[in-house]
Amino acid sequence: MSEKTYLQALNEALRQEMERDENVFILGEDVGRFGGCFGVTQGLFDQFGEERVMDTPITESAIVGAASGAAAAGLRPVAELMFVDFIGVAMDQLFNQAAKMRFMFGGKATVPMTLRMPQGAGIGAAAQHSQSLESWFMNIPGLKVVIPSTPRDAKGLLVSAIRDDNPVVFLEHKLLYGVSGEVPDESYSIELGKGEIKREGTDVTIVATSQMVYSALEAAEKLKADGIEAEVVDPRCLQPLDKDIILDSVKKTHALVVAHEAVQYSGPGAEIAAMAAEEALDYLDAPVKRVGAPFCPVPFSPPLEQFYIPGADNIVEAVKSIR
Amino acid sequence: MALSKKTLIHMYETMNRIRLFEQKLQEFFAAGEIPGFVHLYLGEEAVATGACSALTDADMITSTHRGHGHLLAKGGDLKLMMAEIFGRSTGYCKGKGGSMHIADLDLGILGANGIVGGGGPLAVGAALAAKYKKSKEVALCFFGDGASNQGTTQESLNMASAWKLPLVFVNENNGYGISCPQCKSMAVVDIADRAAAYDMPGVVVDGNDVLAVYEAVTEAVKRARKGEGPSLIECKTYRWRGHFEGDACTYRCTEELEEWMAKDPIPRFEAKLLESKTLSRKEADKIKERIAGDIDDAVNFAKESPMPLTPALMDDVYA
Ligand SMILES: Cc1ncc(C[n+]2csc(CCOP(=O)(O)OP(=O)(O)O)c2C)c(N)n1
Repeated sequence: MSEKTYLQALNEALRQEMERDENVFILGEDVGRFGGCFGVTQGLFDQFGEERVMDTPITESAIVGAASGAAAAGLRPVAELMFVDFIGVAMDQLFNQAAKMRFMFGGKATVPMTLRMPQGAGIGAAAQHSQSLESWFMNIPGLKVVIPSTPRDAKGLLVSAIRDDNPVVFLEHKLLYGVSGEVPDESYSIELGKGEIKREGTDVTIVATSQMVYSALEAAEKLKADGIEAEVVDPRCLQPLDKDIILDSVKKTHALVVAHEAVQYSGPGAEIAAMAAEEALDYLDAPVKRVGAPFCPVPFSPPLEQFYIPGADNIVEAVKSIR
Repeated sequence: MALSKKTLIHMYETMNRIRLFEQKLQEFFAAGEIPGFVHLYLGEEAVATGACSALTDADMITSTHRGHGHLLAKGGDLKLMMAEIFGRSTGYCKGKGGSMHIADLDLGILGANGIVGGGGPLAVGAALAAKYKKSKEVALCFFGDGASNQGTTQESLNMASAWKLPLVFVNENNGYGISCPQCKSMAVVDIADRAAAYDMPGVVVDGNDVLAVYEAVTEAVKRARKGEGPSLIECKTYRWRGHFEGDACTYRCTEELEEWMAKDPIPRFEAKLLESKTLSRKEADKIKERIAGDIDDAVNFAKESPMPLTPALMDDVYA
């Protein structure tokens, strides 16, 4: 166990999986000697060579499609898009090809492909480089959607994603790359679809993902000063979703706030709130509240961007409106 | 091609305006005063200048993530651009777009673009509109060597040719897509060769020679206006800086950079103008001085402008 950043944890997962299984390889733009747009693949080119760490042309369709085809043909590709926003270029290959192949072919194809994509606002990268798009992927049967918040989770979940026999969309937050925490040195996996309670509490459940987990923990500290003990639940995967961990928490706290950076309207919070309403209404003492981004593209200018990104104060406010 | 003194001096001014604007951005980015990404165009000034000099205000261009040069060459306002890049409410996009999304529809600028290959289809649309309205306008699409590999670019070349649209594709081949050298991303040496696949003219020009670019684009524009369809012009050039400011640029050697810096398009053009007595040394100095003053004014304008206020966030999401 040692202190590592989220970025180092991801890098270690890739390295260890590539050492373990020669069918695992990486492809993407500038992933080779350059080490990836944010540095996640650094050093892998030197260790594994260009046959296994492949720089591609700027062709997202071909990257996602080639990864899916190679996966169906027996390899375990890990593809990287520099920013999740570029998935628009490759969407057909992801949702009409990779996600549906197995089902359409009556179970004959297996597509063990992992697609890593950084998302999120906060670095002044403006509307085409800052989105959080998890709800797009959640709405496509056939895909798994992983969205880790801590370095430890990032490593264990990436290992599981690579070993999983389905196409997995793996969403990293660009502001989390520098966050550090304790991470085991040896290889380990975290089951896809198992959430984790990041903070125990009795008065309200805050379900939060990715970067918002930290905002939720900060909010919980602020709420504590007012005598409200919040439980922070990180589902870690949005498909499959750990319903039990959320419902059990709601049954304990009787109140639910869902927080994510994706646009609130039709975001992941809508699904989680509906699920709670359907399956735990009797336990809820108050309406479910959602915290998400406003219904507009991500702005460039720093004060607008800061205002746009939901934070701890928004969560505190949401909790106080029901508690 | 006999060009008027006015045109030549205008080109000279444009190249210098781009150069000094970008050098100023470099300075302010290093000082931490500019948020987000800045992709500089230093070294490539002859391409935008030569190409846009062949256009009228009514002709439309699509630009890229490396768009400042295109925008300035098409007549973009220094102050409004600077304010936008500084994130101010007085900027071209009210601070919402930043460096990668500046547009001015009145000047035929359909926008810089954060998506590589995003401009091609938009240029097809602009050319289609011109043809549809029988306006005799043309569209011009700037795109990089990296972008030439995107499906969108190839789809645009095909559609423009099949429909004989008034469109000029200007490829800025600076040798790299971020760290990836051209030889690793495509098997052809000349991107212009790809024109053959779409049955349109494809020419290679020295992208550091503003007059060569101007001539080739003028020819293509003429063809487009006559209804003879699109052309592809590949301009061989080089970017001096890293892909973005902050890129350590370890993937290419200093010899290569020095070799290209020796081919600086500005002194090259200046020498020609001095030699032909189109311009005197004194006039040249004066021009640069004036531009430097304009840029300082633009910086002051930007810095004195307010940041956008948060209630403006939800404006302009819908018409
Ligand atoms: C669809 C998409 N993929 C990847 C990127 C990231 N990216 C931005 S610029 C760039 C390189 C572009 O190279 P080129 O087209 O040659 O233009 P240059 O930067 O050399 O001017 C890349 C990969 C992007 N912005 N959009």
